[in-house]
Amino acid sequence: MTISREALDKVALSEREYSLIVQRLGREPTEVELGMFGSLWSEHCGYKHSKALLKILPSRGKHVLVGPGEENAGAIDIGDGQVLVMKMESHNHPSAVEPYQGAATGVGGIVRDIFTMGARPIALLNSLRFGPLTESRNRYLFNGVVGGIGGYGNCLGIPNVGGEAFFANCFSGNPVVNALCLGIAEKAKVVRAKASGKGNLLMLVGAETGRDGIYGASGLASRTFEEEQELRPTVQVGNPFLEKLLVEACLELAQTDWIVGMQDLGAAGLTSAVVESVARGGGGVEIDVDKVPRRDENMTPYEVMLSESQERMLVIVRKGNENRVKALFDHWELGSHIIGEVTDSSIAVIKEGKEVVAEVPVDLLLSPPLYRRRSKKPAWLTEVQSFDIATIPDLKSRQCNSTLLRLLASPNIASKEWIYRQYDHQVMNNSVVLPGSDAAVLRIKGTGKGISLATDGNGRYCYLDPFLGGVIAVVEAARNLVCSGAEPLAITDCLNFGNPEKDDVYYQLAESIKGMARACRELKIPVISGNVSLYNETKGQAIYPTPVVGMVGIMNDINGYCTMSFKDERDLVFLLGAALSPSEGSLGGSEYLEVVHHLVKGKPTIDLALERRVQRCCLEAIRHGLIKSAHDCSDGGLAVAIAESCIVGDIGFKGAGCRMGGRLDDSLFGELQSRIVVSLPLGSAAKLEKIAARLEVPLALLGKVGGRRLSIENYIDLPLAKRARAWGNGLERSLS
Amino acid sequence: MRFGIVVFPGTWSDQDCHYALHDVLGQEANHIWHKETQFSGYDCIVLPGGFSYGDYLRVGAIARFSPVMAAVERFAHDGGLVIGICNGFQILCEAGLLPGALLPSSHLQYRCQWVNLRVENHYSSFSSECEKGQVLRMPISHYEGNYYADDTALAGLQANGQVVFRYSTPSGEITQQVNPNGSLHNIAGILNREGNVLGMMPHPERACELLLGSVDGNLIWESMIDYLERSS
Repeated sequence: MTISREALDKVALSEREYSLIVQRLGREPTEVELGMFGSLWSEHCGYKHSKALLKILPSRGKHVLVGPGEENAGAIDIGDGQVLVMKMESHNHPSAVEPYQGAATGVGGIVRDIFTMGARPIALLNSLRFGPLTESRNRYLFNGVVGGIGGYGNCLGIPNVGGEAFFANCFSGNPVVNALCLGIAEKAKVVRAKASGKGNLLMLVGAETGRDGIYGASGLASRTFEEEQELRPTVQVGNPFLEKLLVEACLELAQTDWIVGMQDLGAAGLTSAVVESVARGGGGVEIDVDKVPRRDENMTPYEVMLSESQERMLVIVRKGNENRVKALFDHWELGSHIIGEVTDSSIAVIKEGKEVVAEVPVDLLLSPPLYRRRSKKPAWLTEVQSFDIATIPDLKSRQCNSTLLRLLASPNIASKEWIYRQYDHQVMNNSVVLPGSDAAVLRIKGTGKGISLATDGNGRYCYLDPFLGGVIAVVEAARNLVCSGAEPLAITDCLNFGNPEKDDVYYQLAESIKGMARACRELKIPVISGNVSLYNETKGQAIYPTPVVGMVGIMNDINGYCTMSFKDERDLVFLLGAALSPSEGSLGGSEYLEVVHHLVKGKPTIDLALERRVQRCCLEAIRHGLIKSAHDCSDGGLAVAIAESCIVGDIGFKGAGCRMGGRLDDSLFGELQSRIVVSLPLGSAAKLEKIAARLEVPLALLGKVGGRRLSIENYIDLPLAKRARAWGNGLERSLS
Repeated sequence: MRFGIVVFPGTWSDQDCHYALHDVLGQEANHIWHKETQFSGYDCIVLPGGFSYGDYLRVGAIARFSPVMAAVERFAHDGGLVIGICNGFQILCEAGLLPGALLPSSHLQYRCQWVNLRVENHYSSFSSECEKGQVLRMPISHYEGNYYADDTALAGLQANGQVVFRYSTPSGEITQQVNPNGSLHNIAGILNREGNVLGMMPHPERACELLLGSVDGNLIWESMIDYLERSS
């Protein structure tokens, strides 16, 4: 072997992988070829460690039109000739290095994945994880990321309708920044990312190509790194204005029959766009890097092929239509250049003028070795899972008020308004339920239908039990949608984990996926797209395993949507689902345990069959117009859920004989799953009881809506304003 | 009535304005591409929100030189109704069709939220359907909405009744606490001296249906329609 270790490190290939390339190619690769292999065989593009595991996620369903991996995003049929296109993607590593641009280009990338398919992007969500805001570096990352998401998304005029934010030590230095985009298209006009038909032309559209982002896929996204500053040049810089023009131009183009396909340029730039679209078309390709317009001088073919300059699209034009396509882009003042054509050779030929600089079979580039490791439960996990509630003292009744206020002000529970008020969440005139609820609700113009969207994923649960954490990520997202009155339809996911070459991380990855798959099957919700982000570590410490689930659901009558806020005096409040006083304790992995006792121990529990029935019951009750509010009981438990429904509704609550046996801390702040707090008028109670009885769902009366105080028996009694302040200012206070 | 909605590269409220005017209020509405140097047959011109030309350099500063703007200026000088919303307001200030300027918000953050507006002048062509002192509920979505004008200009605005909307509490009090961007005297929308050009930061086109939370924005469009019908 004539290659140096250093050269391989640069492209993140192992010596064994290099030997495999030489063996399959029958010769040493050229420099350009090596770069292409490095990026396409990277974890980020090639899913070397996760592909085998991802297969177990259910991806079929009667609504599924495009499943995972087939195209840039998944698509589901929602009737009326319309499809929803959805995908979520991580930009963790770039955001750790340069938070504003890292997050901004994350939004840009995910939006391109959607309009590439001819779908109009109509909603953005984001799921964020940071280290504690008490540290200045984390505040810098947090401010930068929120600024970048807003700066890019606001300029595009796509509403940012929801998401979540969570804070824990393990995310210091390695934040999680996941962006989800949902689009809508006419079923008949969905564009495939395919380059086929000998002689059809490859046209590069949008921004010029520069030296930014080289090694983004292989270097940044597929390795751990220590010195983030050194990697700053590998982060791309976004131009949202240009992207906005691209959206409009490409959607106009999607209405014509001048093209056979469209593919955006993301990770691994031109290399992956060309190779992947040609692979889908089944042919070969020949391009000339000299034809690629550049913004830097003296770029080598290697740099041109691996640049991750943003706001570029590859359009595969039916021969003879190139002038029409060019005129369309001219109208939008966008550059468009023919860089090559489709061949029937099954080989990707890259030329610089007349000289061939790479010539590789397409399928070889897309067949990285797949690794399957043995998954074994690490010893330390048994240790953290063991937790005896008897070792901590129960709350005294006089401590309940202050504990509730403390939890409400905890950044993980406090209102996220400080974040979402910086995002335009109303442009496009579809936003019915705004951020700050369990799920966002949008109407679909001209149909009377609505859709609901949420993201979910509790890293602390996954750390304590990756399988159950995976289960809960799915069921909580579904529960959030159900609380809004929507039937869950499909999932896009983003799996954020540490270095999979480590046994315990691999175990976390494998178990979380198994848990998600289990929940998907139970609730019959397919995964239609997703992304894996591995190597999320700083200085050897991995982040909490964080599978994030993005889910979309549908409601046939938009007017039947439901919100979390209590509405009217004297309405009854019930707890739908699991019993009030859990027998086995529900403080494992809870926010209470961490905030009050500084413990991350124990594990969550869930009864999946009950969960399914609870969701069915809630949805039926909403559809029959029985209930006025529904709020998922999650972080912070029952007391926090009731408090949130009060604060958002600006009305009080009075407990009426909720019989709380067992421990106070467990009853008030335990995070037992499968529970929804609902409010309803007296007249609906009997009907709800009937549905609950039929579905065998426990139902317990908690109290009544009304007044200006929250009181739960003799334990909690607080004026509304005080709670609202704690919850409303919690995040902002931790920033100052 | 026939509304012309100007589209600059980077504009994004054009579709929402079209929706409110056409789909909700049943008016004729067309888009006017920024390269048009003349247009005719319109009763009103709308400069919608967005980030025209990316708002690079300074908000509205590039759009103001766009080919279509000469035609918009002629239309305004001939007494035609022109409404600029958000970025449109910024462009009208840059173009000198309205006095003053819109600075970055005092808290240096973009804000998207519901605000309350007290109607300060219910006689204008843009607010005649409102009651005296009525409080309207509408969303804002901007970074540069902090209205500034020098003392002389400000005194002129006040004296001529050119201030149409101020940020207020739900019951109509003008307080600093509810000022979302640091705007002078809580100013949210102003007229030119002649009363045929309005600039406002809040988005009336987003408050067009109860499902979206408010129909108060329609009062503005309806005032304009009423004025146009009476003058035609």
